[in-house]
Amino acid sequence: MTIISGKKREKIDRLAELAAREEERGVSLWQDAFRRLRRNPAAIVGAVILAIFVLVAVVGPFFVPYGPTDTIGIREGVVRVGQGLIPGHSAEHWLGYDHQGRDVFSRMVVGARQTLLVGVVATMIGLAIGALIGGVAGAAAGLGGRWGRWIDTTLMRFIDMLLALPSLLLAVSIAALLGPSLTTVMIAVGMVSVPVFARLLRGSMIVQSNSDYVLAATSLGVRKSKIALAHVLPNSLAPVIVQATLTLATAIIEAAALSFLGLGNPDSATPEWGVMLADAQQWIGIRPALAIYPAVAIIITALGFTLLGEAMREALDPKLRK
Amino acid sequence: MALLEVDDLSVTFARRGQRTVRAVDGVSFSVDAGDVVGLVGESGCGKSVTSLAIMGLLPKQPGLRVGGKAMFDGTDLLQLDDRSRRDIRGRDIAMIFQDPLSSLNPVVPIGLQVTEVLTRHRGMKGDAAAKEAAELLDRVGIPDPKRRLKEYPHQLSGGMRQRALIAMAVACQPRLLIADEPTTALDVTIQAQILELLKDLVRGSGTALVMITHDLGVVAGMCDTVNVLYGGRVVETARRRPLFREPRHPYTVGLLASVPRLDAGRGERLNPIPGSVRDLLPWPEGCAFAPRCTRRVDACVGEPPDLVLTHDGRSYRCINPAPLPGIVPTTAAASPTAAASSIAAAESADTADGDGPAPVIGAEALDAGTPAGGPVPAPREEEKS
Repeated sequence: MTIISGKKREKIDRLAELAAREEERGVSLWQDAFRRLRRNPAAIVGAVILAIFVLVAVVGPFFVPYGPTDTIGIREGVVRVGQGLIPGHSAEHWLGYDHQGRDVFSRMVVGARQTLLVGVVATMIGLAIGALIGGVAGAAAGLGGRWGRWIDTTLMRFIDMLLALPSLLLAVSIAALLGPSLTTVMIAVGMVSVPVFARLLRGSMIVQSNSDYVLAATSLGVRKSKIALAHVLPNSLAPVIVQATLTLATAIIEAAALSFLGLGNPDSATPEWGVMLADAQQWIGIRPALAIYPAVAIIITALGFTLLGEAMREALDPKLRK
Repeated sequence: MALLEVDDLSVTFARRGQRTVRAVDGVSFSVDAGDVVGLVGESGCGKSVTSLAIMGLLPKQPGLRVGGKAMFDGTDLLQLDDRSRRDIRGRDIAMIFQDPLSSLNPVVPIGLQVTEVLTRHRGMKGDAAAKEAAELLDRVGIPDPKRRLKEYPHQLSGGMRQRALIAMAVACQPRLLIADEPTTALDVTIQAQILELLKDLVRGSGTALVMITHDLGVVAGMCDTVNVLYGGRVVETARRRPLFREPRHPYTVGLLASVPRLDAGRGERLNPIPGSVRDLLPWPEGCAFAPRCTRRVDACVGEPPDLVLTHDGRSYRCINPAPLPGIVPTTAAASPTAAASSIAAAESADTADGDGPAPVIGAEALDAGTPAGGPVPAPREEEKS
């Protein structure tokens, strides 16, 4: 038998104590998922990226060195587009000037706020409408009632129609209908994600409606509406929340695409990464970096959301639980 | 009058392109107030479907057909509309399910799930409901109930979960409790505790209990009356002691013989019933158990056996029942302990004298003469209230 050194024994004791404390501290499904999330390196990377992004978006605009619409380069005569002169990075202008002589770094930072706003609001719109339709359809299909099947079929055929349209085409048509503006972009991108949320929540609710605890609640005389809201819905939300995180990533990309196509915010005073990308294509021969900055920013942000979303899916999936 | 009178209950599932399944085929039994009635049989014999049909919990699908009557205190449960059925569920009739983990909502604290019932049927809210919920948990033997109310199902042990479910079921002091294999998912030691708890709850309140189980040990410890089901029909009904002492239907004999015994020799094998539940004959074509029966005679196939009523209140559905000990000479050895082997012997004797289909025998007289100590795994006498 080996003798465990004092230090090691201390460590074991400490670990045992920690484990015991963790055991004792009552944890809900969400707390449990959060604990597993913290142990996942991908989740940490995603969360750090997002934390930086959110921080920049929220407080960044107050600390930028130059105004995002200040055509300082033209004023000082450094930027002469006609002669193909758009200076790159320097000590004063970290990411250089754009074609109108504006400071690119300042525009990137201010643009982060717009990008975040579009992503979050668009996802909220999609989640709210999608969850409403899917929730009603799921409750109707799962718990029945005289009109259950009929309501479910009607709602889901409508969703199928939305799903049949290519998402960008749908967004473009909505944006074209409402006229180009930031609100339009949000609504268009949000509508595109409606069918995904609706189908996801409906499917999840139908599965939960067949579970034993619903049968048990029914056997105790609990009303159907109460069962749907208090039992089925909370158990069906996990995949929807995961999807919301993933949708944030696609929403940012789609918003950029709409801006790129000229259906975004026409007011260039408020910079947005998608618009910046669109503007940069004219000057890609002179200064390709102008396109690269917003593109890389979009990619990294989307990656952050995707990493966190995937990690959340794993953390909340009971089948992957140890 | 009985509290619950199930009469000729049948449940069929029809699906297009498939054979219609008759899961329950004319089941009749009755439950008196304060009684514990067992529904016993292998998986697939229709015991769970029977209970779900009584509760109106069978999934509504196009091919489902429920026939017969289930009179509960004068109303036919099968004819009720959804609203009155919901009012009865949980208040007058409650059910306890097999798997306590999946029967509790994983994302809702125990307390909320208990108070939900109180709010629904007793109109209790807020602090009053929380207090009553804590008292209920205390009554079913959950220690530190105030703290447990805030906990989630996965934080409770299996036995605790089943106790919590029982607390929910008895929250409104129902007159009838249906327990569908309440101990199957639990450890043996916990099983005993849960059964003890159920017994206490029933004894104290005059609540009737329908115990659905495949475990004859449970039956021996709890039930006053036992209904043995096979292939969707009741094949034998008797009070507990007569059933264990002298089972008449060969299926019951087989079930009892297959129970493992502590006093069996070391090398002794278990005595299973040959075949499986799937080898059944449709009832209209004869006795469903005939393909597996050791006492089969030619008359078993052709038409279904009638229910035979003996005048001590027992009944069985067999034309060649296991003989009563003391009547047929060979059955001196045919204590049901060694039923499987003795049946073969009895059979050879029986074919000679042709045991009639309805041997109405003065059973009281026999009772005294029969050797005590059947295959009952410790049916504690003092508990027979």
